[in-house]
Amino acid sequence: MKPLEAVNDFVIKFANVNGTGSASANHLFAKALFRMGLPVCPKNIFPSNIQGMPTWYEVRVSEEGYLGRRGGVDIMLSVNPQSMPSDIQEVEPGGYFIYDNTKPLDRHLVRDDVTTIGLPLTQICSDQYKEPQQRKLFKNVIYVGALAALLDIDFAVLTALVSDQFKGKEKLVLPNIHALELGHQYAQANFECPIGIRVTRSDKVGDKIMLDGNTALGLGALYGGASVVAWYPLTPSTSVIDSFERYAKRLRIDPGTGKKNYAIIQAEDELAAIGMVVGASWNGARSFTATSGPGISLMSEIIGLAYYAEVPTVVFDVQRAGPSTGMPTRTQQSDILSAAYASHGDTKQVLLFPSTPKECFDFGALSFDLAERLQTPVILMADLDLGMNDNMSEPLHWDDEREFDRGKVLNAQQLEDMTQFGRYLDVDGDGICYRTYPGTHPEKGAFVTRGTSRDEYAAYTEKGEEYEKCMLRLMAKWETIKEYVPGPEVFLASQKTDTAVLFFGTSEESSREAVDYLVEDGIYLNAMRVRAFPFDKEVEEFLHSHERVFVIEQNRDAQLRTLLMAEFELGPDKLKSVLCFDGTPISARNIRKQILQQIPGHNITPLRPEQAADDAGE
Amino acid sequence: MTYQVPKFRNPSLPRNALGYTKADYEGSISSLCAGCGHDSISACIIRACHELSIAPHKIAKLSGIGCSSKSPAYFLGKSHGFNSVHGRMPSVVTGAAMANRDLIYLGVSGDGDTASIGMGQFIHVIRRNLNMVYVVMNNGCYGLTKGQDSATADQGSASKKNDPNPFNGIDLPALALQSGATFVARSFSGDKEQLIPLIKAGMTHRGFALIDVVSPCVTFNNNETSTKNYDYVREHARAGGIVDFVPMRDEITTRYQPGSTYEVTLHDGSVVHLHKVAESLDPFDRMSAMAALDEHRRNEEILTGLIYMDMDSTELHEVLGTSQRPLNQLSAADLCPGDKVLHNINASLR
Ligand SMILES: Cc1ncc(C[n+]2csc(CCOP(=O)(O)OP(=O)(O)O)c2C)c(N)n1
Ligand code: SF4
Ligand SMILES: [Mg+2]
Repeated sequence: MKPLEAVNDFVIKFANVNGTGSASANHLFAKALFRMGLPVCPKNIFPSNIQGMPTWYEVRVSEEGYLGRRGGVDIMLSVNPQSMPSDIQEVEPGGYFIYDNTKPLDRHLVRDDVTTIGLPLTQICSDQYKEPQQRKLFKNVIYVGALAALLDIDFAVLTALVSDQFKGKEKLVLPNIHALELGHQYAQANFECPIGIRVTRSDKVGDKIMLDGNTALGLGALYGGASVVAWYPLTPSTSVIDSFERYAKRLRIDPGTGKKNYAIIQAEDELAAIGMVVGASWNGARSFTATSGPGISLMSEIIGLAYYAEVPTVVFDVQRAGPSTGMPTRTQQSDILSAAYASHGDTKQVLLFPSTPKECFDFGALSFDLAERLQTPVILMADLDLGMNDNMSEPLHWDDEREFDRGKVLNAQQLEDMTQFGRYLDVDGDGICYRTYPGTHPEKGAFVTRGTSRDEYAAYTEKGEEYEKCMLRLMAKWETIKEYVPGPEVFLASQKTDTAVLFFGTSEESSREAVDYLVEDGIYLNAMRVRAFPFDKEVEEFLHSHERVFVIEQNRDAQLRTLLMAEFELGPDKLKSVLCFDGTPISARNIRKQILQQIPGHNITPLRPEQAADDAGE
Repeated sequence: MTYQVPKFRNPSLPRNALGYTKADYEGSISSLCAGCGHDSISACIIRACHELSIAPHKIAKLSGIGCSSKSPAYFLGKSHGFNSVHGRMPSVVTGAAMANRDLIYLGVSGDGDTASIGMGQFIHVIRRNLNMVYVVMNNGCYGLTKGQDSATADQGSASKKNDPNPFNGIDLPALALQSGATFVARSFSGDKEQLIPLIKAGMTHRGFALIDVVSPCVTFNNNETSTKNYDYVREHARAGGIVDFVPMRDEITTRYQPGSTYEVTLHDGSVVHLHKVAESLDPFDRMSAMAALDEHRRNEEILTGLIYMDMDSTELHEVLGTSQRPLNQLSAADLCPGDKVLHNINASLR
């Protein structure tokens, strides 16, 4: 079998043991390619464990700029004996298997269609270092050095990165560079470098940045003016708060007094966290919490209170694989229905679906404007893949002319000039009423906020007509909301077609890549990315103007499809599903395969869910 | 149906320092059962706020769910209120207090709302020493769901429809002390003389103030076999510390026996006169307060009055180091760092 050959276009996967410091070495590798001007897409596949379990790090390199998962592995670098048998199986025919050969590879693992490259990493480390900790950490840096030789990575880029990474801890720079050199020299001396797969400098990165969605969300909240933050630790949302706090400590200190222009409270649980957010928002501060599926379940009662009492509320849901504790460190888009209809009774919640870190920043900040303008919860639906992986992204930008939209809030003068204030009186006919903050006016504007039925003047009532009137006004408001939330993006095929795909969030990159692949199969697909719920007219028209629409999503139950069917009363014939729910991000090859299976003439086997699961791991 | 209390403007009604009459602190007409202890507590809150001369709109009143939690509608009609969900008032107040440190926060809860569904949040709001007054209208039962035993019902006590309660009753002041509360008091809805000054002192205290008020439920738990009926409570209540609250502005007139009276100056300059009745109690010593509670409980007595107060209490805003200016009054200029900073952040991510 001829070894694979590729320049600037391949997938490499690292197989490590959790807690050995591999993440930062692997990050160093990805960042070096990024600095060489190559679009990269690293994905960390880690266990729910602090030390000892297998962990993987997959890097997609694509000069063409495809940033989703492609599927398949061209180079596997495995230093974890535990996962080696399955790691080698994953390599594409013609691919490369790089491993720690201090202990020889089990003979029956050897594949003759794969090139094996042995690096005596453990051996080098025990020769070079005395401390067990050093042996463990530098092993990772050494293989990055070896990869530099094997793939022809610019060594100067790596050393510059190491210097940047250890700014302030200069003592660590030289030992790390030394470790890189050890690997580099070993590879150079023992193998023909570069191998068939290699990199060259490119200019496809431009002014892009690399960051994870959670950092961007924390920054978005900071720029959006959040001042009260309440949360309960929950993977994969925790680093949103870490990010907010890290930047707030620098950027939110009152210059005169040194006091904090923010408060962060680590609550006792998610019920308390959301209660605090509602209390703070009710009292006129911008406030948010970050959580994941289990937190959404716990928060639901109070999300319903905020919906009905019309209190602005911002929640960032970084989704993970459920149900229950599920696979807590794996990705999914499976809270769509529980968030869209969160809480008992007739409720509908505003959802935002960012798909890049830049959008996490933009939508993160926007959520506060929306929540206050619309006086309702806004749940931003990120996921682990977006939140915790370094993603290449457009740079962040803030328009300094922009003002916060604080919505309809009456000040003391406006109350003074008013004859009668009704908290739930639809004065403007858009379903959104005027509110007041506590303490505004000595005589006017006070009312009791409550989760019980009330009339337009906020007085308790059990009259059915009053209750109905309020519920119908909330539906009228729902129509208004459609004008405010971000609309969809449309990508038209180069030929007229009656078939389309529809996707959201982190399925975007792989979906668009799959659409490109399918052109080679003679299939032309229009594409739409929805960015918010409620869906607006444009989404409705898009669905109506196509015979068949594949809804691509990362959950078992086709939750977005269900939502579309419910909101637009569409039948099952029109909307078809493309699903991935094994906990890894959906790949382009997987999407292509599932679409081919469902297009008449290409494959007659109907899709069964088990099949989707099997294919997903591609 | 809720009615606004008719406003008679009687010029002869006494006015406080801000010119408000007591009627300015009233709310809508109560829908609770006639004779319910909760209404007496509401009346005390009205008087305490009036006498303290707090502008009504500078108070925010929050509650959970229950008959007790309905009462904020029946006092302080000029204050914003938040009748939240069952057991979650502490978190809602916490958020509100973080947003605006300049208001006075009055939380009202029931024994079900606090000692069962809301137990977690109750302990944690104490632990954080949030600057608020937390009034528990404690009737030993779930009034609103028709009289089931609550977790504060005494062991052996039987309500109108239930058998004697087989479980140990939770003593909220003891629990609060154990959890680090900086102001702990207990009173009885039938004892206005004791309750009003306690509410005033609690409102002036910097930090968390618990006032557990035994408040008989006349409909479900005022029968002879209950330990939370009016007669039983009257007979078994033993005052620990009696409080006489003297606001900053007023002259001190009451005089107690020397030796048993403490004069405590609060952070705003007002003075609390504390007259010690129970011999064993030192209300400035947590251990002593816990011991006194335990001792009275063992004697089947209900220790009331001020039980403990920490004069050096540090409330949550101080702990967190938040700005003196309320967070809800910060402008975009204070909150948003602008594009230039973002530019540098971008550069650090390449
Ligand atoms: C989540 C939830 N569970 C149950 C209830 C029903 N419920 C309403 S009030 C109440 C108990 C109230 O008891 P307490 O707090 O002592 O108030 P009281 O009526 O005795 O003053 C219960 C269980 C509810 N409102 N919400
Ligand atoms: S049921 Fe009991 S607690 Fe409720 S209003 Fe009536 S007397 Fe008061
Ligand atoms: Mg009760």
